[in-house]
Amino acid sequence: MPIINNRLSDEEYRTNFSDIHPPFETRDAALVEANRCLFCYDAPCTKSCPTGIDVPKFIKQITTDNIKGSAHTILEANIFGAGCSRVCPVEKLCEGACVYNLMEEEPIPIARLQRYATEKAMKEKWQLFDRLPSTGKRVAIVGAGPAGLSCAHVLSRQGVEAVIYEKELKGGGLMTYGVAAYKVTPEFCADEVDYITSLGGIEIKYNKALGRDFTLFDLQQKYDAVFLGIGVGEARQLHIPGEQSEGVVDAIEFIHQLRSNPYAQIPVGDKVAVIGMGMTAIDAATQAKRLGAKEVTLVYRRTKAEMPCTEEELDLAMLDGCNVIWLAAPKEIIGEKGKVNALVCSVMTLGPADASGRRFPVDSGQTFMLEVDMVIKAAGQMPFTELVTNNLLENNGGKIEVTEKTKTNLNGVFAGGDCVNGGKEVVDAVQAGKEAAQAILKYLQSDESHFFQKESTQPTIFEG
Amino acid sequence: MANISANFLGIRSPNPFWLASAPPTDKKVNVLRALEAGWGGVVWKTLGPQIKNVSSRYSAVNYNGSRVMGFNNIELISDRPLEHNLREIEEVIKEFPDRAMIVSLMAENTREKWHELIQQVEDTGAHGLELNFGCPHGMTERGMGAVVGQDTEIARMVVEWVMEKATIPVITKLTPNVHSVVPTGRAAVEAGSNALSLINTIQSITGIDLDTFVPNPYVAGKSVFGGYCGPAVKPIALKMLATISQDEITRKVPVSGIGGISTWKDAAEFMLLGATTVQVCTAVMKHGFRIIEDMCEGLNNWMDEKGFATIYDFIGKTVPALTHWEDLDINYHIVAHINQDKCIHCGLCYIACEDASHQAINLAWGKPYNTYTIKEEECIGCNLCKLICPVDNCITMVEKRKGDEYLNWKEFQKRGLPLNDH
Repeated sequence: MPIINNRLSDEEYRTNFSDIHPPFETRDAALVEANRCLFCYDAPCTKSCPTGIDVPKFIKQITTDNIKGSAHTILEANIFGAGCSRVCPVEKLCEGACVYNLMEEEPIPIARLQRYATEKAMKEKWQLFDRLPSTGKRVAIVGAGPAGLSCAHVLSRQGVEAVIYEKELKGGGLMTYGVAAYKVTPEFCADEVDYITSLGGIEIKYNKALGRDFTLFDLQQKYDAVFLGIGVGEARQLHIPGEQSEGVVDAIEFIHQLRSNPYAQIPVGDKVAVIGMGMTAIDAATQAKRLGAKEVTLVYRRTKAEMPCTEEELDLAMLDGCNVIWLAAPKEIIGEKGKVNALVCSVMTLGPADASGRRFPVDSGQTFMLEVDMVIKAAGQMPFTELVTNNLLENNGGKIEVTEKTKTNLNGVFAGGDCVNGGKEVVDAVQAGKEAAQAILKYLQSDESHFFQKESTQPTIFEG
Repeated sequence: MANISANFLGIRSPNPFWLASAPPTDKKVNVLRALEAGWGGVVWKTLGPQIKNVSSRYSAVNYNGSRVMGFNNIELISDRPLEHNLREIEEVIKEFPDRAMIVSLMAENTREKWHELIQQVEDTGAHGLELNFGCPHGMTERGMGAVVGQDTEIARMVVEWVMEKATIPVITKLTPNVHSVVPTGRAAVEAGSNALSLINTIQSITGIDLDTFVPNPYVAGKSVFGGYCGPAVKPIALKMLATISQDEITRKVPVSGIGGISTWKDAAEFMLLGATTVQVCTAVMKHGFRIIEDMCEGLNNWMDEKGFATIYDFIGKTVPALTHWEDLDINYHIVAHINQDKCIHCGLCYIACEDASHQAINLAWGKPYNTYTIKEEECIGCNLCKLICPVDNCITMVEKRKGDEYLNWKEFQKRGLPLNDH
């Protein structure tokens, strides 16, 4: 049972990784749906969007052929509006709140309409925002993901220069490296980053990692303020025997590989087990299947009622032919000559609710064995605890502690997104970046900022 | 099953649905298809002097994604040779002797021309004539169409000429491009017209192309006012019809109602306001002749439900319900009520009342759904919230009379009762 690449033909790869939410083909098709929108007042969809996009307004603007205005309405609230239209779990956000649900009718396809407007804006390269005259202030941002770019965009519009340090070779963060390819292609992610930075006043220095190439202190010395949007990254380990066997991979690493290389080069097993039931687990399972794995089984220690992914995501995995085993916790990975050939799971039962409010799984003592040749671990991601601690940031198990939503314990250092919330949606990170930018702007005008001693004359250990 | 046949001055048709004088009735091939589909009769597209048409001819008003809420045309009367039309009319009558065949006419303004045309049409065996006094474009420049209908004395004179010659029923079709259709209607009836039909199209500009800045429809860089019709004009047509049904002279003759009729419901409304038959065009131009099936079935079912055996049991039934404003009962008062089980929390009632009425709806904030309730003491019973609510019967208007007795404005003033103080 080998883990091999090149399982499919080019045509099969193309089909398997084509857009699962195709855009409206025509203006007429978009208008049919846009015209269904009731234009609610104090709309539930808007209230359910972490970035508060004025959904009825942007949909109304589609109906009046004011696509430029529509895109502006979206992007003003969420500069990642194009990407979010493809990756947001809208069924639990805007579309889930659409009042049509209460009429037992199909909700307005908000994401698809949002894509319609923003895709046009990107294609036409409309620059919808202006920059105020330069204030002479410079802010360093760590991480060119949704939080960092969102923060940078707001700052740049206000005349504050943003310099982003990104450890990868491309911007976009998890949008680029951590989401299923059939939702957003690498090309789209690159285009979106370009579109966001086309405003000007945003510089991205690639291949610069905090802790490796520079310290937070360096940035404090050089800039008027710092925003940390470093995300989370380390996969949660299972701490079970056999975890080091060949064929056991992290979902994040697996998806990162998939997003950075041609599909045909990505090796995948015949029989794959995926541990976890979050969005990343689904993305890993479906993509393993789409790369040509014969059998993919999702293993989750709780039940459907507690799963972190949405129903739609689960359906997607089921439709791709993935199996699901509920109430199963990995106990041991059995290898042969160092290579995985089985996963032993404990059969769980549900106990009382834990801190998250979900019922906690309890080991029943029974076990079963699953023959597999690849195990993908998607049991959650851990914050960069060591990095955060080394840089003297107060944190809670690695999650940076903030007050007033974005202020860290260090004067002039702000943080937001996954590194604070522990890992939420792209749209949450975008909002956190926006909020941090507002806090930074306020800070730059305040007396406090004078205490943040910028010594730009002092040579630094790195030059970006 | 109710009997939906109509007898209009002896012109019989199996149902009250006629096709109006327009493109669907301009030649045998369409008319045969219409009659096969089940239409009760046709008013053949206006015959008159030879004319030439332009391209394009139509434009439309769309609304919220719905096409052709209103429709406009700059087409003239029939542009086919008169003898072709006359021959085909005769042939159709022979094939469908049970259907009404009315022929629309517009002669040049001399007694001789009218008499000549009437003779030619009567020779075909047609059952009635409709005088086109309404076409608002093209023909008016030649002293025909709406210019006749807009001047009561010219209208009277032409009808008199027609009545000297005609031996079959004459219907005078009225133009709405006047401040009231009643004076022309009276003149026509006084001059002997056996019936009236209304309305013809309303002069309009349906829209302007925001790239070329030329109005629609576009003809080589120019446009002209066109005749507006379709669902958008129905309320205006109903009002004009009502004034004809109220007037003591015009109400003596039968009326064929026209203007935006698309369904059996529209037709029933025209008939309730006094029309014996109705004429349809725009709906057919949009959907084809097949709409006649539901028009007949729907009318029939409604009549059965209401216990009407024939159309004469309800024609004109609504006319007495129209009164003068000063006779309305001021003590009648209703207030809105929101059914919370049906409410979908769209907030449309709230913002409409807040911005455009009397701030009578309360908003209790919730995430994501607000709760909306009526402040009864502030509600003036205007209907606005109920009209815009997207859920049927979610908002209902509940009667809360201000007093038991009927009290009108005249009496209210006489008694010196208090006016609003806010």
